[in-house]
Amino acid sequence: MADLMDSAKKGIEQVLSKSDRKKYEEARAKFEEQRNGADELDGRKFITVSGLPIKDLYTPDDVAGKDFVEEVGFPGQYPYTRGVHTDMYRKRLWTQRLFSGMGNARQTNKRYHFLLSQGQMGLSVAFDLPTLMGYDSDHAFAKGEVGKCGVAVDSLKDMEIVFDGIDLGKISTSMTINAPAAIILAMYIAVGEKKGVPSEQLTGTLQNDILKEFIAQKEWVFPPLPHMRLIVDTIEYGTYHMPRWNTISISGYHIREAGATAVQELAYTLANGFAYIEAAMARGLDVDQFAPRLSLFFNSHLDFFEEIAKYRAARRIWARRLKEKYKAKNPRSWLMRFHTQTAGVSLTAQQPENNIVRVGWQAMAAALGGTQSLHTNSMDETLALPSEKAALIALRTQQLVALESGVTNTIDPLAGSYFVESLTDQMEEETEKIFNEIEQLGGVLAGIDKGYFQREIAKSAYAYQKQVEKGERIVVGVNKYVMDDKVDIPLLEIDDSVETEQCEALRQLRQARDNAKVDSTLAELKAACKDESKNLMPYLVECSKAYVTLGEMVDVMREVFGEYQEPPMF
Amino acid sequence: MGLLERFENGDQVALARIISRVENRRTGYQDILARLYAHAGRAQRIGLTGPPGAGKSSLVFRLGELLSASGKKVGIIAVDPTSPFTGGALLGDRIRMQDLSLDPNIFIRSMATRGSTGGLAEATRDTTMVMDAFGFDLVLIETVGVGQVELDIARACDSVVVVFVPESGDAVQAMKAGLMEIADIYCLNKADRDGAERLVLELQSVLGLRQRTNNWEYPIIQTQAINNIGIDDLWQAIKNHREFCQSDTSPEDRQKERIANDLLTIVRGKVDRRLRSVLRDSETFEKVVADILAGSTNPYSAAERLVAELSTALTS
Amino acid sequence: MDKIRVLLAKPGLDGHDRGIKVIAAALRDAGMEVIYTGLRQTPDKIVSAAIQEDAQFIGMSILSGAHMTLFPAVAKLLKEKGAENIHLFGGGIVPDQDAAKLEEIGVGRIFTPGATTEEIVTYIRDTARDLPEETL
Repeated sequence: MADLMDSAKKGIEQVLSKSDRKKYEEARAKFEEQRNGADELDGRKFITVSGLPIKDLYTPDDVAGKDFVEEVGFPGQYPYTRGVHTDMYRKRLWTQRLFSGMGNARQTNKRYHFLLSQGQMGLSVAFDLPTLMGYDSDHAFAKGEVGKCGVAVDSLKDMEIVFDGIDLGKISTSMTINAPAAIILAMYIAVGEKKGVPSEQLTGTLQNDILKEFIAQKEWVFPPLPHMRLIVDTIEYGTYHMPRWNTISISGYHIREAGATAVQELAYTLANGFAYIEAAMARGLDVDQFAPRLSLFFNSHLDFFEEIAKYRAARRIWARRLKEKYKAKNPRSWLMRFHTQTAGVSLTAQQPENNIVRVGWQAMAAALGGTQSLHTNSMDETLALPSEKAALIALRTQQLVALESGVTNTIDPLAGSYFVESLTDQMEEETEKIFNEIEQLGGVLAGIDKGYFQREIAKSAYAYQKQVEKGERIVVGVNKYVMDDKVDIPLLEIDDSVETEQCEALRQLRQARDNAKVDSTLAELKAACKDESKNLMPYLVECSKAYVTLGEMVDVMREVFGEYQEPPMF
Repeated sequence: MGLLERFENGDQVALARIISRVENRRTGYQDILARLYAHAGRAQRIGLTGPPGAGKSSLVFRLGELLSASGKKVGIIAVDPTSPFTGGALLGDRIRMQDLSLDPNIFIRSMATRGSTGGLAEATRDTTMVMDAFGFDLVLIETVGVGQVELDIARACDSVVVVFVPESGDAVQAMKAGLMEIADIYCLNKADRDGAERLVLELQSVLGLRQRTNNWEYPIIQTQAINNIGIDDLWQAIKNHREFCQSDTSPEDRQKERIANDLLTIVRGKVDRRLRSVLRDSETFEKVVADILAGSTNPYSAAERLVAELSTALTS
Repeated sequence: MDKIRVLLAKPGLDGHDRGIKVIAAALRDAGMEVIYTGLRQTPDKIVSAAIQEDAQFIGMSILSGAHMTLFPAVAKLLKEKGAENIHLFGGGIVPDQDAAKLEEIGVGRIFTPGATTEEIVTYIRDTARDLPEETL
């Protein structure tokens, strides 16, 4: 009986009888005597993409003493290391979602109808830079950028066209926007209302993660505090009016793309998530009221096992914190659902077709890590916006992983692997160390102010580049098997007529709309901005319905909140 | 048109190029300085120094904004350290001052310390002189207050502002670092943060211990550069200091002291460079090093001997 | 030879500064003085800063697709201000045919994804040797 207990307790550590133990020790001794033990081959180091050294062999010793139930457990059960749902992909595959949007609203709408007809299950809207930065298309700063990296949205008018012919009650929409996220959400609510879909029925996700903007992607408008207020406003509004909407997608993707290691991505992202939780709780919200609607968004980079370990560790850390630190009682608050995108930064401009293969195993890592939705990058993304053909191959890539590779047949198939379990633990330990550093600095906002995250990420990016240049890390087509090739994949170009048309449409809108209504809703918005006790969402919805433009709303808010200045770099 | 002519016509491109020639000690730079000297001597020189992260660039930006609005022409020199390992430098102070880059009254120049001891103080002084000759009313010099070099630069200014933040920790430490002694004005930036009051009290008590050579009352100004608060007070304090100096000593004495200081720096720089080049090429030097290594002599006795030998070389 | 001074800037709205920061660190490590002006610089700010700093080079990183607007704007301003001997080069997601067009208006090399920092350092050193000298 004691033996049985012991074996249950030790879980995945192989419980060996005495004679087996002897044989095991002998075999291990023999291996250790014969192994080569080098940490590189032809200059290429055995390290993960993040630079963690990897041993030549992982054995039961690496997971010795682990408590299976406490650490790994079962899918759909605390601490969710093996997945957030009991049946995972045997009940429902992940959502295949390709991030897209380009040019004007009409072109984007056409691409959406195409993607939906090809089996895509949800929409994911990419906005152009002026929109992301809160400028209208006719602003001086928008020159040359309108419609280039996504769709230009100036007002409700554009949103109406983007979603023309799409049933917002059925299709879920993910919107990648941060600084002016609350405004875009307000416009989406207004579109829904016009189509007869009340906000209660809208499903989707708003990225709305400003902390990672200050840390990595640098698309901000206001200083951190007013931005945090806006985020808590959306969380609060969502809690009462949008029960099916994820008001924030706490994103590590951009942190990783900016050069962070996997561990930094994990630690910074989760720390940001906890900062939002604490801010919402400080507003007086009960953690169980909003935590079930929080979702995360991670990168899937080149190192297959490291990525899988990252996702598994993330779920475990999240669940423990939510339960133990924030005292969430609802199990749904404990589970960390996440979206994944394959690593744009891992793609090469050289021999771009190779990117299809890279994306393939990155997608598989996301599947083995238990993702809830996935964007697969197109092979031409280092060259331009994806062409329709490249986008289709990317979509097919994840369909192949889901339906042909067999990885979805069983749940968390890598559990129990000495290597993967040990790497998962290592991820968790390293993350805890970074949490301590952040705490020492005085929290996430203090860290941003001191330039801590920005500096650490820049250091990692430089270290990575040096490894590639020294040949310690191989990038096929870049520092090995280099070919003098000319790229001949068809590229998508956005011509400048988009900008002219968009500006003209804006001019017409400003003439045609009820400008008295515009002024009065803006005045109300401004007054509300000055009153800390007001939730700004209803005011933004009213402005949207009056066809106030994004830039006009941001201008008014900027007057009250001020503007953020980049901290010194080094 | 030649560079000097363009300079005299107020061309910023020429100003920038001349600063480079002076900074790089290109052949003929002395002639340039000699020619420009006649136009210089009017600009007020203000040094801002303090620990990294104190917000010096933001303060310089705000002062520049304020002064430009009142019609003053302002030259800004922002000094950042050169990496001792690679000789390169990352100069990032402009990030905080970018809203000034289109202001016709403002000229910003980033300088790297270039690893020279003493040389930087000279180069900064020369650049200040060039800006002065170009017609700037004020030159603001921002340095990271950590080393002897930065202290030297600060000493060459008419007024020195030492910047602190509540996080800087205790004032006694700063005293030890030599920062406190060079200040004419103390500026507590980010004064809205926790610990500001405590630091002001601490500064006040430490200031009581400071040796005084005149009756100047050292002010402690509280600012929030980011929020544009307290900048007027800081500027007022700088003006007060200037007025105090003007009433405390005769213009002639001040002028004399300034010339003496400048002259000393220039001579020191010349002797230093000369010394280095003579020593580097000297066989005796190599031999002395070898002797010390072999244990047949020690650096102290050897130095005596070298100086005696070199004095002839230096005057030749 | 004089110290090489390079002004690095990110014009336009795009905030992806990974590449430019890696380049900044690499140029510093190659012994150059790098003036980093930060994000969201307008062409006139960039040109004015480069003039004041007497940079021999301006390096701009553009990933947003706005390169055909921003590079020509900076090149034009350099000419207008009498600073055309400042060498303008750049990096980012720029198709070959666009890079060729930019070359015609006097823009130097455009480094695309995958370029090594060593290539960039070599390019700057080689170009610096050929930069024109002016008389006093």
